[in-house]
Amino acid sequence: MFENLSNKLNTAMRTLKGKGRITDVNVAATVKEIRRALMDADVNYKVAKEITDRIKDEAMGQKIVIAVDPGQMLVKIVHDELVKLMGSQVQGINLKSDPSVILIAGLQGSGKTTFSGKLAQYLKKSGRNVLLVACDIYRPAAIDQLKVLGEQVEVEVYSEPENKNAVQIAQNALEYARKIGKKVIIVDTAGRLAVDEAMMNEIAAVKEAIKPSETLFVVDSMTGQDAVNTAKAFNDRLNFDGVVLTKLDGDARGGAALSIRHVVEKPIKFISTGEKMDALDQFYPDRMASRILGMGDVLSLVERA
Amino acid sequence: EKTKEGLFSKLSRAIVGKSKVDDEVLDELEEILISSDVGVETTVKIIRRIEERVARDKFVSTSELDEILREEIAELLAQNKSEDITDAFKKSDIKPYVIMVVGVNGVGKTTTIGKLASQFHKAGNKVILGAGDTFRAAAVDQLKLWGQRVGIPVIDHGMNTDPASVAFDAVKQAVEQQADVVIIDTAGRLHNKVNLMNELAKIKRVVQKFLPEAPHEVLLVLDGSTGQNAFIQAQEFTKATDVTALAITKLDGTAKGGVVIGISDQFKIPVKYIGVGEKIEDLQVFNKKEFVNSLFKRKA
Ligand SMILES: Nc1nc2c(ncn2[C@@H]2O[C@H](COP(=O)(O)OP(=O)(O)OP(=O)(O)O)[C@@H](O)[C@H]2O)c(=O)[nH]1
Ligand SMILES: Nc1nc2c(ncn2[C@@H]2O[C@H](COP(=O)(O)OP(=O)(O)OP(=O)(O)O)[C@@H](O)[C@H]2O)c(=O)[nH]1
Ligand SMILES: [Mg+2]
Ligand SMILES: [Mg+2]
Repeated sequence: MFENLSNKLNTAMRTLKGKGRITDVNVAATVKEIRRALMDADVNYKVAKEITDRIKDEAMGQKIVIAVDPGQMLVKIVHDELVKLMGSQVQGINLKSDPSVILIAGLQGSGKTTFSGKLAQYLKKSGRNVLLVACDIYRPAAIDQLKVLGEQVEVEVYSEPENKNAVQIAQNALEYARKIGKKVIIVDTAGRLAVDEAMMNEIAAVKEAIKPSETLFVVDSMTGQDAVNTAKAFNDRLNFDGVVLTKLDGDARGGAALSIRHVVEKPIKFISTGEKMDALDQFYPDRMASRILGMGDVLSLVERA
Repeated sequence: EKTKEGLFSKLSRAIVGKSKVDDEVLDELEEILISSDVGVETTVKIIRRIEERVARDKFVSTSELDEILREEIAELLAQNKSEDITDAFKKSDIKPYVIMVVGVNGVGKTTTIGKLASQFHKAGNKVILGAGDTFRAAAVDQLKLWGQRVGIPVIDHGMNTDPASVAFDAVKQAVEQQADVVIIDTAGRLHNKVNLMNELAKIKRVVQKFLPEAPHEVLLVLDGSTGQNAFIQAQEFTKATDVTALAITKLDGTAKGGVVIGISDQFKIPVKYIGVGEKIEDLQVFNKKEFVNSLFKRKA
């Protein structure tokens, strides 16, 4: 369904061909195509507009490199801008406290529990003594799910199946971790909607009680236009430290990444690329930019010119 | 019950004091449609049709715009040739009526099955569930808990077993026990994974060995907050399993679910159910008229 952006641009670009400079008139159609491509990739409407407006200003008057298509050159400008927007360097997580508390939050089904298991394995491999904490007291078999994952990655899971108070469980887990000398605790929480006042109060209270050094917002890369509203609402309540983008082993273009970054200005720290426990990766802004634009070939072309 | 503000209530705010649909109004409309995940293609189509009408009728007042929009969207939904379902859970002539539930990871398949089972059960059907997700951690336990909530049996072979043989067994037992409805859960899978998509086709084939006309319904579950990827999901799952109906979940969130309009426009698969929460009763039978009305609802 989604054609390559550079293909789409070809038509629009014909008007640019043969002109020495990018000008107001000849750039309009192209910018429109780029905006459309961004929206096709689920970049939020307003964000797409802002970005393309900015790019238009930047591109205006630039000399077109003779060897390449002006369209390709614009795509390169767009790509660079997206990379810049998503933060140019890899960002780690803060593990300075003892024990360091990592709180996991997000919408239903976004991949929190799976990511918690992955992160536990990842930190364990880097030599840390990790405890997983099951604070989802709502979803059927949520505790069992985390326990199975804990077994798979050989990390202890703290749970209180009879306790219906997430704040208490989190506090008790922290106390337990201190007692037995765990260095990191990862707190998995129930999925919740940003508009669910009671549930948002719950996670705010959990955060307040255990003072995490790192709060991560987990978001499905297939999320559409609403990603910005959700991210903003979670950020307003939790002031999270970073974003985890999941299910990138799919073929969604993942424009939500760009929108969220643009709106809440928090770095994307990890990406999740499968159901298995080792399917965890760092976030590379340049790869994400190419993915959102649905291209790869154009860039190398421009680079060579 | 909270009243969710409809898609187009914003539009009416944008055009107060104007008497005529102009470019600014159309821009506003474009923003509303795109921001609701309707998709660029369908949005352009709607805008173009309205532009044409404005050109033809020379003058269209903004109050007429609401009406035109309603018509256009209803028409897009109507291209999807489904009749509204009024008695979704009534006992069917087909016995057992086999429903296979498919979709990408985490969209709400298992929860939807729990809710559906409850409705069928309440309507007097004997229902059996098949725990065909043998892959995701604690997936069988999750479905069993739903089975307990409803008070119906769940056929399972445990984790890491062959999902096709679980499905086969569930259908076989349904026949033996004269059940009315069998609902088969499957593991979430991304549509770009060829092996996993083939596995779905296999589950279907194996069930057909026992009951050639089954499954009578292949229900694709889509997350209502999904963006444009929902189109590819609909396309690929249809290729693998001939999807016959859609369920759109999580519409209790802030996502506007405009993806329903786009998908109805491009596929001929009817939306049958919508999920509006995590509780057992949070399932509704999709009603086109109500859906269109909800888009125009003003904040209460
Ligand atoms: N393909 C793929 N599947 C994933 C990924 N991350 C999680 N999943 C799957 O997505 C589904 C939901 O994941 P969970 O970890 O249960 O999500 P959650 O956010 O904990 O869900 P709730 O607790 O119900 O809110 C499961 O089927 C996971 O196996 C990923 O990166 N790729
Ligand atoms: N708010 C809301 N949450 C829902 C709805 N339907 C399902 N959920 C939640 O979404 C999460 C995932 O639901 P599941 O039923 O486990 O999804 P699934 O498709 O079976 O997931 P996998 O089997 O892992 O692929 C759970 O936390 C559910 O409670 C809905 O309509 N509204
Ligand atoms: Mg979970
Ligand atoms: Mg499931």
